[in-house]
Amino acid sequence: MSSPLLFLLVILYLGLLFFIAFWAEKKKSNFWINNPYIYSLSLAVYCSAWTYYGSIGVASNQGLEYLAIYIGPVIIIPAWIYINSKIIRISRVHKISSIADFVSLRYGNSRFLGALVAIVCMLAVIPYIGLQIKAISDTFHLITHTVYSDNIFLDTATYVVLIIAVFSAYYGTKYVDASEKRLGIISAVAVESFLKLIFFIILGVFVVYGVFNGFDDIYEKASKLPDFTQKNTFNGLEGAFNWFLMCMLSMTAIFLLPRQFHTTIIENRTEKHLKTAIWLFPLYLLLMNFFVFPIAWGGKILFFGENVNPEFYSILIPQKFGNMMIAGMVFLGGLSACISMIIISSISLSVMLSNNIIIPYGWLNSLKTETEYANNRTIVNIRKFSIFSLIILGFVFYKYLISSATLFSVGLTAFVLIAQLAPAFFGAIFWRRGSYAGAVTGIIAGVLICYFNLILPNYFETTYQNSAVFNFFKLAYLSPVASAFFWSLLVNGGLFMMISSLVAGNYRERNFAELYVDINDYIQHHENAYIWKGTANISDIRKILTRFLGEKKTRQALKIFNLKYNISDENDSADSRFIKFSENLLSGRIGTASAKILIEGVTKEDKITLPEVLKILEESKENISMNKQLTEHSQQLRKLSEELQNANETLVIKDKQKDDFLDSVAHELRTPITAIRATSELLLDDDEMPAEIKKDFLGNIISESDRLAEIINDILFLDKLEAGTTPLNLAEKNITETYHKALKPLLQLFEQKHLHHSEVNLLQHEIFEFDEMKMIQVFQNILGNALKFANEQGMIQTKFQEKDGMLKISIFNTGKTIPSEDLQYVFEKFYQSKNQNLRKPLGSGLGLAICKRIISAHGGNIEAKNKEIGVTFEIFLPTKNETT
Amino acid sequence: MKKILIADDEHKIIMTLEYAFRKAGYEVFIARDGSEVLEILKTQIPDIILLDIMMPNVDGYTTIAEIRKNEAYRNIKVIFLSAKTGEADIAKGLEMGADAYVTKPYSIKKLTEQVENLIK
Repeated sequence: MSSPLLFLLVILYLGLLFFIAFWAEKKKSNFWINNPYIYSLSLAVYCSAWTYYGSIGVASNQGLEYLAIYIGPVIIIPAWIYINSKIIRISRVHKISSIADFVSLRYGNSRFLGALVAIVCMLAVIPYIGLQIKAISDTFHLITHTVYSDNIFLDTATYVVLIIAVFSAYYGTKYVDASEKRLGIISAVAVESFLKLIFFIILGVFVVYGVFNGFDDIYEKASKLPDFTQKNTFNGLEGAFNWFLMCMLSMTAIFLLPRQFHTTIIENRTEKHLKTAIWLFPLYLLLMNFFVFPIAWGGKILFFGENVNPEFYSILIPQKFGNMMIAGMVFLGGLSACISMIIISSISLSVMLSNNIIIPYGWLNSLKTETEYANNRTIVNIRKFSIFSLIILGFVFYKYLISSATLFSVGLTAFVLIAQLAPAFFGAIFWRRGSYAGAVTGIIAGVLICYFNLILPNYFETTYQNSAVFNFFKLAYLSPVASAFFWSLLVNGGLFMMISSLVAGNYRERNFAELYVDINDYIQHHENAYIWKGTANISDIRKILTRFLGEKKTRQALKIFNLKYNISDENDSADSRFIKFSENLLSGRIGTASAKILIEGVTKEDKITLPEVLKILEESKENISMNKQLTEHSQQLRKLSEELQNANETLVIKDKQKDDFLDSVAHELRTPITAIRATSELLLDDDEMPAEIKKDFLGNIISESDRLAEIINDILFLDKLEAGTTPLNLAEKNITETYHKALKPLLQLFEQKHLHHSEVNLLQHEIFEFDEMKMIQVFQNILGNALKFANEQGMIQTKFQEKDGMLKISIFNTGKTIPSEDLQYVFEKFYQSKNQNLRKPLGSGLGLAICKRIISAHGGNIEAKNKEIGVTFEIFLPTKNETT
Repeated sequence: MKKILIADDEHKIIMTLEYAFRKAGYEVFIARDGSEVLEILKTQIPDIILLDIMMPNVDGYTTIAEIRKNEAYRNIKVIFLSAKTGEADIAKGLEMGADAYVTKPYSIKKLTEQVENLIK
């Protein structure tokens, strides 16, 4: 592929990323913002060029060692739910925008410690950035078959790096507050992570199935290579020890690498996203590594005896087979890996460089007197300058200092350097005694050991080879990296713990120790737990805030504060809560240390002794726990009142139902009473009434009285059924015999109406468990209903069968169907269909309602269905097997 | 002879009204529901209709609405006889064009007087 063509491809690809960043930032749609997958994918910035090319090199040179870098994170990631939730909360509460802020704030908000951490991060990461640039450049030359040139204007990498620097500087500094989320950048990185994985998998499939005949083929051919066995074992206890240390190393890196801290903590929008990350990220690492070994061995087979750099097997293999498309994809995947690493690293480092070094050590005084607009511009410019200079420094490293080193070793050196923050970092969240003196001494000692053991030997190997310092920390059976890691961390951690135990920290450290370790207790009203004694005026502090936030935002912030703590607007004396609140407002912009220095400038703080602090902490803890209790209490009350309200609503509904029911009862009773009253009146007044009519009328009075009695009985019975005061009298009985008992008194009525009655019995056995008296009532109600609605000379047919573990009894009668909209209402009391005026009660109007209650009590169900020429009532009863 | 149409689905109630109004000298027509009422009205124009509200198929409300729509039935008086006794029910019945609303149970004697007064 020609150079300009590939460069064009690179430009197009970068254009796509710009577009994604631009689009996400502009739309701010929920898809990008509240997406746990975007978050999880952005974590894959962990997989840099090192993964893309370096791993394959290590796999072919050292065997299984490369895996340790991924196994470490996979082992520790489940613990994120606990550890990272805590770190995220702490960072949110204190408006932390980098790992330097995070560590230095805990140890008394120390400006020096912040700068120290920032320097360690830069020492580790700048060469690492250089490494990425080197990978871009090397692969570019590889694809275009051009030769690397020392002239920086002829080196394509120069231009790519410039574009990346512009992109990072623009999208990385959109907000003055560094603790803000960078939506555009993160979205672009997530897309890149996705693409680089897909491209790598395509390459893997190509090598395994396109070049070779599957994994077996590679294995078979590779096993004939001379070093196969040696590269695929742990090399005994020594190897295993190395491996273990490498796992530990990567375990710390996943927390401490600035780019990981940035994506995992600073860019986290909700702790919920961690839940997706803890399975998706390990899965990503697994997929990313799945093909590393086959590709490495495939390369070894294909290039056996040739002198090629195994780190570039991933491009050389498709090239060897003339597949430019896959070679191009791998190049783009590698480019993605490089640029996401460069972008996120340079942004996180720039925040540290500006907030922990440049502003607190030089720029603070000029910021103090400027306007908000000028200050924001200065801060953003400092960051832009930082990003540019960091990337340029990386470029210088690539160009002049690390060209000879392999990708893998520079990466590991960075890991070991970063690991020096581990004791102070983890001590910050788990150990209250950890002190500033311990943290600083530990970090410095650890970094020095790394420097003498890992970095210097890279450049002055011969000079230092025999020096005492160098040899003291050498262990025969450990690799240089593993031994440097082991010793530096041993000394670092040891010093940290020893000095912390011997020298107690000052009150400020003790205060933040409490705020970090017990973050969950303070999350709501953390300002309460900040200890500060002295005199300060809100108006003075306000002036400073205005210089950074502007008039409007400052006013809003103060309003929120006053509301939160119920403070009157006229109050001018600032308390500890207000001091902490103001520092937080400034922290994201200028870092925690500078924020403290600025606020200190306008306040007068009194010294507090350590015992005093402990006492105040104790009290504030009590306060907070009391507050917590009160909150819980009020939550309980709210819950109770909600329950009461629900209960009340239910009662209102029940009351309405009862009213409706009483209305219906009154109505049902009125009809027979009307007949009785009218008939009696006529009988009383009319002496000339013919005997025949008189007899009819008297008969009517009796039957209507019976109807009244029936209604009353049914109402009471239904009431008992509903209240559950008539328990079922379950016994094993023959269902058809019970049916016949119910049928017998009705047979004569059937004959009168010339109805044909028949039965179909499909039962294997007829014994079931039910309440016989109540089932008789059900049958009689339904048969009575059928009798009433069947047409003259029609028929009634009853069918018994077992279906799906249920006893099904269908009683069908020919005649009019039920209006379909009323089907669902026929089992309600008095058949309250929505077309109430059409209602015509059957008997008491309660018969079917009673049937339904009885069948439900048996655990069964009853339905009415319209058939072509009539109506079927279907009863379903669970058989004994079902119920037990 | 005055004509009265009695519409109710309760056979035993109809029996009493039919007997009472026959004796009082009316020509009595019987309907079991609203549709039967409208059927009868095609051939007969009664002076008054005693109309139950809750009847199957076509209810009393629908029936009176049909009657009041038709100019030919302008002079027919209508009395609702109903077990619905709520104030809202009565108001609704009168609003729909009934000349009187009698709640069940009623006194036959008073009902007869009311009918006579209405069609005098």
